[in-house]
Amino acid sequence: MLTIDNLHVSIEGKAILNGINLNVRAGEVHAIMGPNGSGKSTLSAAIAGNESYDVVKGDILFKGENIIELAPEERAHKGIFLSFQYPIEIPGITVTNFIKTSINSNLKARGESDMPANKMLKKIREKAALLEIDSKFLSRSLNEGFSGGEKKRNEIFQMAMLEPSLSILDETDSGLDIDALKIVANGVNKLKNKSNAIIVITHYQRLLDYIIPDYVHVLHEGKIVKSGGKELAHELEEKGYDWIK
Amino acid sequence: MAYTEEELKKELETQEYEYGFVTEIDADTFSKGLSEDVVRAISKRKEEPNWMTEWRLEAYRSWKKMKEPEWSNVKYIKPDFQEISYYSAPKSKDKYESLDEVDPELLKTFEKLGISVNEQKKLAGVAVDIVVDSVSVATTFRETLSKKGIIFCSISEAIREYPDLVKKYIGSVIPRKDNFYSALNSAVFSDGSFCYIPKGVRCPMELSTYFRINQAGTGQFERTLVIADEGSYVSYLEGCTAPSRDENQLHAAVVELIALDNAEIKYSTVQNWYPGNKNGKGGVYNFVTKRGICHTNSKISWTQVETGSAVTWKYPSCILKGDNSIGEFYSIAVTNNYQQADTGTKMIHIGKNTKSTIISKGISAGKSQNSYRGLVQVNPRAENARNFSQCDSLLMGNKCGAHTFPYIEVKNNTAMVEHEASTSKIGEDQIFYCNQRGIDTEKAIALIVNGFSKEVLNNLPMEFAVEAQKLLEISLEGSVG
Repeated sequence: MLTIDNLHVSIEGKAILNGINLNVRAGEVHAIMGPNGSGKSTLSAAIAGNESYDVVKGDILFKGENIIELAPEERAHKGIFLSFQYPIEIPGITVTNFIKTSINSNLKARGESDMPANKMLKKIREKAALLEIDSKFLSRSLNEGFSGGEKKRNEIFQMAMLEPSLSILDETDSGLDIDALKIVANGVNKLKNKSNAIIVITHYQRLLDYIIPDYVHVLHEGKIVKSGGKELAHELEEKGYDWIK
Repeated sequence: MAYTEEELKKELETQEYEYGFVTEIDADTFSKGLSEDVVRAISKRKEEPNWMTEWRLEAYRSWKKMKEPEWSNVKYIKPDFQEISYYSAPKSKDKYESLDEVDPELLKTFEKLGISVNEQKKLAGVAVDIVVDSVSVATTFRETLSKKGIIFCSISEAIREYPDLVKKYIGSVIPRKDNFYSALNSAVFSDGSFCYIPKGVRCPMELSTYFRINQAGTGQFERTLVIADEGSYVSYLEGCTAPSRDENQLHAAVVELIALDNAEIKYSTVQNWYPGNKNGKGGVYNFVTKRGICHTNSKISWTQVETGSAVTWKYPSCILKGDNSIGEFYSIAVTNNYQQADTGTKMIHIGKNTKSTIISKGISAGKSQNSYRGLVQVNPRAENARNFSQCDSLLMGNKCGAHTFPYIEVKNNTAMVEHEASTSKIGEDQIFYCNQRGIDTEKAIALIVNGFSKEVLNNLPMEFAVEAQKLLEISLEGSVG
């Protein structure tokens, strides 16, 4: 599904990623771990197409197509979803209005007509229930005044609504207490199937107790320095990141 | 390929004024210039009684002695008042009984504006008094209204048919000498709307008027008078669009509202006059005086969405004369390219327990300047007066300006006056967040702006809110920075 080939990315001339290679197939869960500043969030931003990040070299292939030149919304239309580490506030726009606009924009890009209101409503209710989201929450302004946990839950709610092929969860566990973490992980697990893939970006192994990865990659100074199975996460937890440096 | 800021700018610049077209209609236009003879001629053309002619002449004489105000935060070349033609009316003389009789060219114009009278007629709940170039052409739903004793007609007709009402109230809220432009308007006003709601009557539909400037080089001097008698209610909508012109056009309207005891008037405006091109050439000068007076227990609520005009100078105000009266002002002002807006309100608290609310949302893009100017005045007798003001500014790019000039004068120590203000910028992170959810940049901006303006949009009647949202989108397309 996703093939990253020798990806070099810099921000304002400073090299952050120095030759990333990664191959993610449908049905797989990959975890990318690493210490602060190793380039984890840069990798997620580069896949999503954030234009503040310059791709200096390398390719990103999604479903066989090179997406390096595509705008972020075009990548989204193709089924790439990024759960933000720091979700953005949009005052005055409700969660419902935002997700409706998002879904219909994606449908429009694929040449389909808007989702009928009753279908939309049904889907919203269903996915909100999956993530144990109160209906009052849906009429609040997007991320405005949300707690850390609410913000993350809202990200996964949007993921559930959009049903992307590839989801990148950037530090989704940060700011979550254990109950919220379980709800979010449970939601993600329910959304997982044979035709989609998930990349979990995390500093800690904690989330990986609930979302079990097929592969774990360790990022250090902009390079994947070690790859392995889920046991690698436990090893890292025990030995710390100094071990791989 | 990614949508860069450069491309956005380009698109914004090439974006034409959507309603920029001119209708070829035979018009009856006065030669340019202003004198006592011209004032007399206007009055005569409109078959006005003698008192009205004299009223106009007195206004003209005052105007001649006045100077154009210069205190506002706008820069423009002053109009040459002798280069303006003061009267223009479509030539067809008679009022139409049915739409079939209306000039087909005119109907086409309405269709382009998306306000075809045919549609409007079907849209139960909206009566439209359409003013094109100063003369009312078609009035609908009048029968329904007249059954309730509601008068909704052109001001010219009101002067002829209801002289007592007009005589009593015209100039009572905004005296002729109030300011330079109100004096000018009083002398030369061409037409406008008149509305009277009898005692205890709740107007069953939203009353609306669409204004357009059509004739080249014709100033527009609309005059509106709304009287809500004791215990009545009316919601009045005013929407404006104007075709594109190279020379500046002057629009100096006067709107007076009278809310008698226990009455309520809701006055909503969507203003979309031609803003000029991307280099600041052309566009309408919008120098408007709007004011309402509230008697005991009454309420006046102004809601405005101002997206057009090259220069706007407008302060819809409330004189809270009666005890327990309420004044509200909800405003969205959008400026782009070289547009300048100096707008706000005045809340004059005279009666006891009077309350006022001011919510102002300014959105600036391009090289525009957007100013909020508001006065909250609490007079010595106004025990327990309350005011809450909130002024928020949203900036796009780094070449525009947002200014706030709040004036507070309190002469009674029981008053409570609150003022909140904020300034924010549309962030690249907000745009990226939307993009990542599949929402393109244009739509993202529209979303963010709509969210920012929500408190005001929510105050508009439903059908107007939809139109206003579209207008915000059009006005700001591609203006992120």
